[in-house]
Amino acid sequence: MNKFGFGISPGRQIDYDSNNREVARYIFENEPSFRLCIECGGCSATCSTGNFTGFSLREINILIKRGENDLVRNALKKCMLCGKCTLVCPRGVNTRNIVVLAKRAFQKSDEYAL
Amino acid sequence: MRFEPFIIPFNIGLYFILVYVVTRSVIWFRDLSRPDKLRLQRGFFGIAFAMSLKEIFMESLIHRKILKTNLRLGYMHMSLAFGWFLLIFFGTVEADIFGSKHLNAPYKAIFFRFFNPDHGRTGFEAVYGFLMDLILAFILSGLLLAVIKRFYSKIVGMKRTTHLKLTDRIALTSLWLIFPSRLLAESFTSGAYHSGSFLTGSLGNWFATFLPAKEMAYPFWWLYSISLGTFFILLPISRYMHIPTELFLIFMRNSGIRTGDKAGSYAEVQTYSCSSCGICIDTCQMNSSAGITNIQSAYMMKAIRNNDDVSEIADNCLMCGRCDAICPVGIELSPIRMIQRRAMEAENDFRNIYKGYFRSRQAIIPEKANVSLNYNFLGECEPEKADVLFFAGCMTHLTPGIKKSMIKILDASGVKYNFIDEQGGVCCGRPLMLAGQDKEARELINYNSQLIWKSGAHTLVTSCPICYKVFRESYYLDVEVLHHSQFIKKLIDEGSLKLNFLHKKVVYHSPCDLGRGSGVYDEPKEVLSHVSKLEKSDFEDKNSLCCGGSLANMKISSADKKKIALNAAGELTKNDPDILATACPLCKKTFSSVTPTRVADISEIVAEALNLNTTKKITNREFTSMKELAKI
Repeated sequence: MNKFGFGISPGRQIDYDSNNREVARYIFENEPSFRLCIECGGCSATCSTGNFTGFSLREINILIKRGENDLVRNALKKCMLCGKCTLVCPRGVNTRNIVVLAKRAFQKSDEYAL
Repeated sequence: MRFEPFIIPFNIGLYFILVYVVTRSVIWFRDLSRPDKLRLQRGFFGIAFAMSLKEIFMESLIHRKILKTNLRLGYMHMSLAFGWFLLIFFGTVEADIFGSKHLNAPYKAIFFRFFNPDHGRTGFEAVYGFLMDLILAFILSGLLLAVIKRFYSKIVGMKRTTHLKLTDRIALTSLWLIFPSRLLAESFTSGAYHSGSFLTGSLGNWFATFLPAKEMAYPFWWLYSISLGTFFILLPISRYMHIPTELFLIFMRNSGIRTGDKAGSYAEVQTYSCSSCGICIDTCQMNSSAGITNIQSAYMMKAIRNNDDVSEIADNCLMCGRCDAICPVGIELSPIRMIQRRAMEAENDFRNIYKGYFRSRQAIIPEKANVSLNYNFLGECEPEKADVLFFAGCMTHLTPGIKKSMIKILDASGVKYNFIDEQGGVCCGRPLMLAGQDKEARELINYNSQLIWKSGAHTLVTSCPICYKVFRESYYLDVEVLHHSQFIKKLIDEGSLKLNFLHKKVVYHSPCDLGRGSGVYDEPKEVLSHVSKLEKSDFEDKNSLCCGGSLANMKISSADKKKIALNAAGELTKNDPDILATACPLCKKTFSSVTPTRVADISEIVAEALNLNTTKKITNREFTSMKELAKI
């Protein structure tokens, strides 16, 4: 079989039914201001970690809401919790708590999986 | 003498509590770390012992600190504690002098009047009886205040009083019953035998006119004994455990034992020393400004004692340290809260045997050996060599005014400095610590430490109190760490800065992490009074307010933060100053959005006052920027 150097790209469909939205639910319950996020990206623009890496809280927020947790799990650990994002947020979202809660949610789900 | 069955409840209670307290003390001592044990042993035979005795008298009996904070509340505590002490002391002496023999069992003193109903008619006996009645009246006056306070707390000048759990309520009721039942029992006995002094005697005589005094006395002696016994039995599982524990705490503290950052015996002793007096509730801005009334330190202590889940309480705090500063028992509340935050990472595992009489200690999570680094993207750092390092910190990067002013001041002073996080640096690690994530914070601390070591500097200047506190407490550096207010003070003293005087009224807001957190109160004020008309606010030094913007609170909503900021800014700008000065970028940012008054950092004010007309040296930075301009 000839190799043409290209293949079928994996599906990028966001399936809300099959995705695990437990983490998002946990954060919504414990930090209601998560719902206020308008995904403006102010947090990502000011981010201390974003200065060194491609870390973006905006992206993480979107992924958590979609339930695409695998992409978030390790990225979250890069956050330094410095709090600049909370201060610049125009909607008053408690972003630091979202990161802490997300970390805790993953920790809990890991413990149950084990 | 015949046997009286009514002394049984009292005796059971008394011997129970004595045995209990001794056992508990031994357990606490056993659980101390070895250095702390040595400290306590050394303190026991040293000057610390005398200091402790004095402190026990001043604080545990007289309640000097509560009296200073709130006179009526202090009187209430003093009359109950000191009055009861006097009653026991003079009661014992009375039983010893006037009793049938010396060295009596404790119950002889407590129920002295019952066993010696004829006592106190004439001469010295009558004077002594008068004294005993006076002490009882003293206690009863305080008790009256306590009862009123429970239902109407404003009477003692408190906005709120603590909520109680069931065992606290029963213990409280039995405590309330002790002294009135003693009064009635003594009065009836005195009435029957026509003895007693101005209180018990006259009350008893009046009762005797229409009641069978002799028959009435007996049930009240029973009630007196039962309420004493109940109180002693419930003492270990109620807040009244603070009575014996506080003595232990004072000895430990004076021996030099401190809380540190791990749960242990000292933290537990402090937890049990909290009397729930409620002073921390009134002083907390979360309560007074934002109306959050369930997270104050007294409630945290209660929740820890009850083995409740404290995660909600521990997280929801600004860590401003106002409660630490005002706590009359001197409990290190913020460190204890930090311990709870750290412990939260794992599920708390308490095994509560003996219904709360003995508490098993909180499980300390063993650290995992093979942990992958979270921040390995940081890589290696190669800083320039310099004498003085300027670390702006994350918050300063959000307030460019402070950054520019600091550069201006540093340039004008002519020191050889390096702005290490000019291009956006790494967080100092304190925000992670405040979230209870010390392991992660340690990685950032290591990175920053390397940066500082490699630069070979002797002074580290930071313009953020949050960074300043963590640099001083959690970094192992051989450089002098200065907050920019201290650094500017030093420059002024050395004469490196030529400053004009600004004719402006300035009120200074002391940031929590700089003032109460690190004990830097005077330098910022000295700098400000050097360049402007510094005025006093109602909230100076230890009593300074929190701006509400603190990074320490993980839970608080932005609306509540704003309420606290509004109130604090309102209080500080009461006398209409031109500038509300602060020394923290976070305070500046929080305040400037809620007050029409100009909010400025101390560095901005100094930069404004800089006299640059004097012979000016061209600094490195200006030289390079000129070169760049020339290229264009």
